[in-house]
Amino acid sequence: MLTSKTFVKKTKRGRIIKIVREHYLRDDITCGSESCQICDPFDFGQPLVAEPENKSRLCLTPHYIIPDTNVVLHQMDVMEDSSVQNVVILQTVLDEVRHRSSPGYKRLKSMLANPSKHFFTFCNEFNKNTYVERQKGESSNDRNDRAIREATSWYQDHLRSEGQSDLIIDVVLLTNDADNRRKAIQQGLKAFTVHEYVKSLENCGHLVDLLSQSQMSVHSQDRLMFPEHLPLSEIQRGIKAGRYFQGSFMASRENYLEANVSVHNKDEMVFIQGHMNQNRAVHSDVVAIEMLPEEEWSCPSSMVLEESSEKIVEDSMETEDEAIKRKKIPKELRQPTGRIVGIIKRNWRQYCGILRPSAVKEGTRHIVVPAEKKIPKIRIETRQAADLITQRIVVAIDNWPRNSRYPQGHFVRKLGNIGDKDTENEVLLLEHDVPHSNFSEAVLACLPKLPWIITDEDYKRRRDLRHIDICSVDPPGCTDIDDALHCRELENGNLEIGVHIADVSHFIRPGTAIDKEAAERGTTVYLTDRRIDMVPELLSSNLCSLRSNVERFAFSILWEMTHDADVVGTSFTKSVIKSKAAFTYAEAQMKIDDTAQNDSLTRSLRHLNRLAKILKQRRVDAGALTLASPEIRFHIDSETHEPIDVQAKQIMETNSMVEEFMLLANVASAKKTLEEFPDCACLRRHPAPPPSNFEPVIKAALSKGFNIDVSKGKALADSLQSAVVPSDPYFNTMLRIMTTRCMMQAVYFCSGMIPETEYFHYGLAAGIYTHFTSPIRRFSDIIVHRLLAVCIGADASYPSLTEKHKTQVVCNNLNYRHKMAQYAGRASVNLHTHIFFKNRTTNEEGYVLFVRQNALQVLIPKYGLEGTLYLSDGKTKSKPRFTYNEEANTQTCGSVTFHVFDQVIIELSIDQSNVQHLKLCLKLVKPEIPGFSVPAHSSEDSEPPKKKQKKGQTKK
Amino acid sequence: MAGLELLSDQGFRIDGRRPHELRKIQCRLGVFNQADGSAYIEQGNTKVLAAVYGPHEIRGSRSKVLHDKVLVNCQYSMATFSTGERKRRPRGDRKSQEMTMHLQQTFDAAIQTSLYPRSQIDIFVEVLQSDGGNYCASVNASTLALIDAGIALRDYVCACSSSFVNDTPLTDINYLEESSGSPEIIAATLPKSEQIVFLEMNGRLHEDNLSRVTDMAVKGCKDIHDILDQVVRDHVSEVSTVHGWEN
Ligand SMILES: [Zn+2]
Repeated sequence: MLTSKTFVKKTKRGRIIKIVREHYLRDDITCGSESCQICDPFDFGQPLVAEPENKSRLCLTPHYIIPDTNVVLHQMDVMEDSSVQNVVILQTVLDEVRHRSSPGYKRLKSMLANPSKHFFTFCNEFNKNTYVERQKGESSNDRNDRAIREATSWYQDHLRSEGQSDLIIDVVLLTNDADNRRKAIQQGLKAFTVHEYVKSLENCGHLVDLLSQSQMSVHSQDRLMFPEHLPLSEIQRGIKAGRYFQGSFMASRENYLEANVSVHNKDEMVFIQGHMNQNRAVHSDVVAIEMLPEEEWSCPSSMVLEESSEKIVEDSMETEDEAIKRKKIPKELRQPTGRIVGIIKRNWRQYCGILRPSAVKEGTRHIVVPAEKKIPKIRIETRQAADLITQRIVVAIDNWPRNSRYPQGHFVRKLGNIGDKDTENEVLLLEHDVPHSNFSEAVLACLPKLPWIITDEDYKRRRDLRHIDICSVDPPGCTDIDDALHCRELENGNLEIGVHIADVSHFIRPGTAIDKEAAERGTTVYLTDRRIDMVPELLSSNLCSLRSNVERFAFSILWEMTHDADVVGTSFTKSVIKSKAAFTYAEAQMKIDDTAQNDSLTRSLRHLNRLAKILKQRRVDAGALTLASPEIRFHIDSETHEPIDVQAKQIMETNSMVEEFMLLANVASAKKTLEEFPDCACLRRHPAPPPSNFEPVIKAALSKGFNIDVSKGKALADSLQSAVVPSDPYFNTMLRIMTTRCMMQAVYFCSGMIPETEYFHYGLAAGIYTHFTSPIRRFSDIIVHRLLAVCIGADASYPSLTEKHKTQVVCNNLNYRHKMAQYAGRASVNLHTHIFFKNRTTNEEGYVLFVRQNALQVLIPKYGLEGTLYLSDGKTKSKPRFTYNEEANTQTCGSVTFHVFDQVIIELSIDQSNVQHLKLCLKLVKPEIPGFSVPAHSSEDSEPPKKKQKKGQTKK
Repeated sequence: MAGLELLSDQGFRIDGRRPHELRKIQCRLGVFNQADGSAYIEQGNTKVLAAVYGPHEIRGSRSKVLHDKVLVNCQYSMATFSTGERKRRPRGDRKSQEMTMHLQQTFDAAIQTSLYPRSQIDIFVEVLQSDGGNYCASVNASTLALIDAGIALRDYVCACSSSFVNDTPLTDINYLEESSGSPEIIAATLPKSEQIVFLEMNGRLHEDNLSRVTDMAVKGCKDIHDILDQVVRDHVSEVSTVHGWEN
């Protein structure tokens, strides 16, 4: 059965060596057609149906489709459409897709796994009838094209050969390569371009819009605008020679003419400015750059510049680039600046956006303005413009030719009406790559059957803690309670403290569908009005949630402590608990403060509160930072689901109490798991930020006469502590808010992957740290639970648990998901802020947080909001001129000078001029600057905006 | 770029084999005349030559004499041209020494050593081309050479490797699979009695999977045994026809 065939391959690995690999050709590879009478029954994948219903005017017989690699890669949206079925994906194609685009490969694989698509992989490279050897002088592309034709031809013969059923099934090769098509037709095959084929289909009008516009003719002015990209081979040579550098392109959100490239293996960023220098790079592409001569170096303008979405006639790119060049940049401000010479890898995804009305009514070419400001506008072709104009839509970029100002793309699907909260939420989730579809059948099948009963067997395996007075303390309205606490006096005079965490790993078994889904989601995402669960609701809000007065499984950590909070002993156990009460922070606080109460739960809370204060003081003494970030809370109307009130979050003593014990539990689990699994513990580290990060804080504090010492965490904590202005209680908080912004992201990692000296958690001043206390909403905690369960012999280990590389891969995904969840949460707050202020105009007290070249960043403590107060828009000459003093970090206009930390009164309203990006609009009320500030708003109450105020808006 | 996919969703390995399939084995006995026994084996692209001398009197120092059994002396080496990159391979480098020791242990266990006291058997193994599974091919070639030399063995010694990818055990792994970082188990067995005479593991493999992967290697040994046995029988009948012994 094995036919051995050897082929020779040359690869570069330092020097050229000859690699000889065996290649076995087989005769047992099936064609995958259900109607086939010849092949062995297949053992994998989705079969091609016996009577395919692909109705095309070009091929009237029933047929299967064989696309070539470029068709699969570039027409992914067409391939994914549910009407495209019965497609043969050749192994040659699959391999090429895998090498050329990993997201493309992922999408292709999910199509192959979808039982309703009937996509079948034919292993033509291993089939002795379809394997072709590369001929002398033949390029590998040509060879692959030939292999594809050979396989198509084999299918054609095979499906018509003797012994097959009477119904004749044809095959159609789809390729946009003219040469390939010509050769195929010569061979007697049916071959078409995708465009020809799709347009020939019956009832598939919507497919036409999905076609990628690789050959769309370009707009009228057909002249080359952009410099050419260098070919990959030249880039590689250049990088080796040190002429070029490889890095990822990061467009600026605030100014579309500016971007940075983070060069691989280098700390510093290279600045890129202007259209020509950016040369068609899109955010997150991997690019090759060349440094500009030092005299051409530039710096970010610290100007907030948005490409107008309304203006149809834009300044030509040259004019804009010229404008930049004319500005003289003082030498000391110049940053390393470069230009893009080539693209190493495009990282395009699908983008949400809205259609900009086209000047020509009946035209089919339109501009889409993406929701993400880092992404350039995209030109698409569609016949449904009238329909789409009110919609949020998803588009994909196909290419960006040299003669087009914008990249070209195609329409993918619509999401809903602009401004609908559901649509906006959907946009937010898509843009932050939050997996939010309903849980699949396979995942739901992993859930325990109801009614869920605790068996005697369960009681035997777990420590029974039902008799202990345990309670939980959470924010109001919390339904996924993953932690509960207790404290009781022991007979020896010491205290027993228990932290009880929902035993999620009992329900989520490794390797199951629910486990994979949770690992992929990584975290529960909290939006203002919605929660996107990591695990199905039955677990998150019921079986795992440690609600009051029901028996629940828990993973408990018990400490014996002295009254001075010195730990005498620590033990870990799986348990059954019965929480006696689920308090909110405020309720718990009231119980503690109410001297009349003296029941066991209250005593327990008082003990906990007292111990927490000691523990906190210890951490602070060790150099832990107390940071601040303004948090906002909306009161949502239960009927309209509109926000009716908004407040900054209240922090109570009890918040800190719960937090302190969670920290203690997390550190204890980190120590325990690392001890047992030095190579594969899942930990969390927080690197110390480079001192340069702190510059804005140091500068700001200095303006008030304080020195901030950033040399060590402890020194920083102390100097923050002492930086207090008695007359301005908010000053210290602001300083902490600014310090928070200087911090690095804390990340999950696998202990075996980095040196031990880097395990440190800077913010908490802890040697090691992990997450153990929220397994309902964080996957990292589930891994930690599993490791810990193995440590105490409560559960069995499984292979990938102890493989450090696999754990690291999981950690990388978790880090990404957490970051995205955070951004999505913030975006959701913005969305609600906009809805809340849509019909309101109010005056509020604010503080200057940052001073920029043309704006002030203002913090409004009442709402925990931050907004930009524009001083000039950069283009029109506003009447009162502000002078920006870069050195002193001030803006001056007449007798008024703005410093960081200055108090201002602000008028808040919403700028609705851009439907896609409603903006919080800040206007100065106090201090008064004639011609700039607006009169104070008469009443604080919300009321619909009056005409008069509308006028005020245009004054700017 | 995308790494290697050692096992495709369709269930094929990089070279087109299914997980349980061996590479193609070709072998011959009696390839030299000077040696008392010799054999040549190809397992895919791994090609090994083995020659056996003995049993004969102990050469060199008398102190090595074992009074109750035979002294098995192995020597393993790789030809300079055996890998893609040509390199000088001095005899007795650390890797060869280790391999030599492993072979010695294996055959100490398989040869009926007590039949030849105070004598010596030399096994020389030369890897001509290497594409993974050097130890296995060396053991299999040596077995054939020992049979060719007429030395009494408890049973054939067959060796086979296995690995573990995507929750699936793979048998008889080639260089590419070997160097991918996935775990590797090498087993040498006496197939009839299913005794394992040599077992080595490289890389990390979870305990839960150990038996599955080992079973795959043992199964491979059995399959190899069937092939070698057929070759030996063919060889014997060929030789006996030449000598006119056939009845
Ligand atoms: Zn068939």
